Amino acid sequence: MTTLLTIIVLVFILVAIWQMVKIFDLAQAKNENTQVATDKDNTMNAYLMMGFLAFIYVITIVCFVKWGDLPLMSNAASEHGVVVDNLMVISMIIIFIVQTITQFLLHYFAYKYKGEKGKKALFFADNNKLEAIWTIIPVIVLAGLIIYGLNTWINIMGVDESDDPIVVELYAQQFNWKARYAGADNTLGKANVRLIDIDRANILGIDEADPNAQDDVITTELHLPVGKPVLFKMRSQDVLHSAYMPHFRAQMNCVPGMITQFGFTPTVTTADMRETSQIKEKVQRINNIRVENSKPLLAKGEEPLESYEFDYLLLCNKICGKSHYNMQMKIVVETQEEYNAWIKEQKAFKNSLIN
Amino acid sequence: MSAHADTHAHEDDHGHHHKETFVTKYIFSQDHKMIAKQYLITGTIMGVIGVLMSMMFRMQIAWPEEPNVLFEALLGKWAPDGVMDADIYLALVTIHGTIMVFFVLTAGLSGTFSNLLIPLQIGARDMASGFLNMVSYWLFFLSSVIMVISLFVEAGPAAAGWTIYPPLSALPMAQGGSGMGMTLWLVSMAIFIASSLLGSLNYIVTVINLRTKGMSMTRLPLTIWAFFITAVIGVISFPVLLSAALLLIMDRSFGTSFFLSDIFIQGEVLHYQGGSPVLFEHLFWFLGHPEVYIVILPAMGLVSEIMASNSRKPIFGYRAMIASILAIAFLSTIVWGHHMFISGMNPFLGSVFTFTTLLIAIPSAVKAFNWITTLWKGNLQMNPAMLFSIGFVSTFITGGLTGIILGDSALDINVHDTYFVVAHFHLVMGISALYGMFAGIYHWYPKMFGKMLNKNLGYIHFWITAVCAYGVFFPMHFIGMAGLPRRYYTNSNFPLFDDLANVNVIITIFALIGGVVQIVYLYNFFASIFYGKKAEQNPWKSTTLEWTAPVEHMHGNWPGDIPHVHRWAYDYSKPGHDVDFVPQNIPLKDGEEELQH
Repeated sequence: MTTLLTIIVLVFILVAIWQMVKIFDLAQAKNENTQVATDKDNTMNAYLMMGFLAFIYVITIVCFVKWGDLPLMSNAASEHGVVVDNLMVISMIIIFIVQTITQFLLHYFAYKYKGEKGKKALFFADNNKLEAIWTIIPVIVLAGLIIYGLNTWINIMGVDESDDPIVVELYAQQFNWKARYAGADNTLGKANVRLIDIDRANILGIDEADPNAQDDVITTELHLPVGKPVLFKMRSQDVLHSAYMPHFRAQMNCVPGMITQFGFTPTVTTADMRETSQIKEKVQRINNIRVENSKPLLAKGEEPLESYEFDYLLLCNKICGKSHYNMQMKIVVETQEEYNAWIKEQKAFKNSLIN
Repeated sequence: MSAHADTHAHEDDHGHHHKETFVTKYIFSQDHKMIAKQYLITGTIMGVIGVLMSMMFRMQIAWPEEPNVLFEALLGKWAPDGVMDADIYLALVTIHGTIMVFFVLTAGLSGTFSNLLIPLQIGARDMASGFLNMVSYWLFFLSSVIMVISLFVEAGPAAAGWTIYPPLSALPMAQGGSGMGMTLWLVSMAIFIASSLLGSLNYIVTVINLRTKGMSMTRLPLTIWAFFITAVIGVISFPVLLSAALLLIMDRSFGTSFFLSDIFIQGEVLHYQGGSPVLFEHLFWFLGHPEVYIVILPAMGLVSEIMASNSRKPIFGYRAMIASILAIAFLSTIVWGHHMFISGMNPFLGSVFTFTTLLIAIPSAVKAFNWITTLWKGNLQMNPAMLFSIGFVSTFITGGLTGIILGDSALDINVHDTYFVVAHFHLVMGISALYGMFAGIYHWYPKMFGKMLNKNLGYIHFWITAVCAYGVFFPMHFIGMAGLPRRYYTNSNFPLFDDLANVNVIITIFALIGGVVQIVYLYNFFASIFYGKKAEQNPWKSTTLEWTAPVEHMHGNWPGDIPHVHRWAYDYSKPGHDVDFVPQNIPLKDGEEELQH
């Protein structure tokens, strides 16, 4: 019944708008007998063009001021992240300049050269010099960006085995993450989904016979020692997922049937990050919102929202099904000592099996 | 001489012996003008569905998990108590993308204007094959019907994103929408591709063979160049998507392992072995990337033509415009990997794709500067079509510039699949192409229906749409840069994103206004067919051949001989002429030089 009513109301609203448009249409049909733009239309729209230019500038400024502190553009928590942020800022500046100038020219010309009866436009069809200028300038700018960008990319993606990174497997399934540490030998045991044995709690399909696998450690939280390179090996058991760690400027898809990888060095511990002014402000802002949002809940006698504390996160960023929006894992960056203490508490693979 | 004989033969063919019934005139028509209108109206209906879907999921993002009577009314069992279900959210996103990209901006845009303008602007009686043209439309219609039917299947429509990456799209146990819904999606798309290929082949053959006397390739209006090259890209890339779709159908239904390997789902190991989802991504984007140029190139052609005509000035840098279309077309086929930087593809390959991708900025910049220069010292007639053309350049620049960030593999790592991407492609190919389409409709409506659209409604339509388009997609870049992933049913599980919730509300409000204001356009469009002011033969005082044809449609387009062409399409405000436009069929005066463009 509500469905029917809603549809009827909707239809009425649509008809009402339609009728209003129709009245508008009929009302002005009489005093105009042309549907081609007149000088009056040209002038009006020319002014609106300038207004629109102002609107574009205002919305740009508002966005930058209000949301432009961009925590994720200026406080990378990984070594390569700083370089990425630099490149991002440089690209943004170039874009900002080009955008401001070209939008100005476009809208200003639209205003300045508004049509008038009897005026004749300039017959200006070609100019090789101009074409050359706006071919060569982008070529130079882009050449710079390409060189800078590729350099950065190669540095990020190239894994230097001589750094002796900690090897960690990120294992994705609908809809959660697991991490597998390689243990003392720093070599992950072989694994394949065909070896999964839920009854024996071998949930990642690790080869029980592989000696390298015995000391592997499976966890549901990702702990990383600060300043130590880590090399992630990504695996998925069902569909595509993407391991997105925005604070570290890191992302790689998890593909069933193959192992992908991504390496970085975390540089800021969770504790230190929480103390930065930027994060403090953000957390404060978020908690204010959460207090506000809790009010209706409290009024209904429900639990209020938990207060928020900053943590690094691993998110799924490739559509993977119904609960894609809630596929996350906490990342803790800590000192080497804290890390050692934590990993010691975890169960080795051979001890975690149910016999 | 032989060209003459041909045209006469053609005339006999078309002029006399057809006795048209309602069915042959309005339904199974082989006339390109009627087929164009059929494409446009089908595309409009699909567009309304696509936009409605986007309004619904925008409401869900702004007010997550809140009961909404609209959802209850429109989604039925998918919105118990009016709360949108997570599965249907993904389905709405998926079908919105599919409909807008393929059914509206490919078939609705290219299908409409290629059909309408190619024969009329090159001086031909009709398409090379009227029959294939009719088949092409009806295949498109059939695929539209199947796509709409897929919305009503039991387990829900396809919901794996418009890119339908397997294994999600291949395994019904991974997601409800990957059952019957996905099957219908694939069938619909396979038919769509057949339709598109028939259409494209027809356009190519027509442009190459049926140009009237004097219409050399360098006298063609830029619209025709754009449609021609678009058709070429379509013929090169669409078959690859067809093959991907067929292989996916085999994986789904016949147990092959092209894209699947080593899968454990819902407690069991599947038999698939040796395939790779990355292969599908390559095949998909080999079409998928050229596809965005299939969408944007016709819009660019329309905008070039409309800008020149309404500026009363030749398009600036005609040859550079053609060269940049060709450059874009060529590059478009070798950049697909920029969608896959973090797919697990070899990073070296990523470097190559970064290089080719950023190169595309060069011809794009040339085009943008040429449009701006076309306005310079013009005598701008601010018709609604002109406003949409200027709007096109504006959104194309804004959206295109952020491509520099996304095309750069190092930067893509962090903004890949966030709202930054959504903002980028909506501005640069969604809104821009839509503006191109609106511009084309406002400009050629008199040619299509013999009536004028109401310009004041056009102004209202443009200005509100323009403000809303920026209002929706400009802030969206910033929530993307803050790390918000796309395709999340709700962000409420991440307190990290709580301070972005208000941005999402603003975006949604703009989206709702922008969506509702399209009623003004729909009213204008449909009411003017019946009550519009009768159009003159050449209302915009344009130079191209379609305006030399009579207002009343007729089979064969021109009552007498086909006009011959003596000059290029852009003799606006040429010195030495009294009027500010010289149509292409007017011979050069004594001593007048044709511009060495």
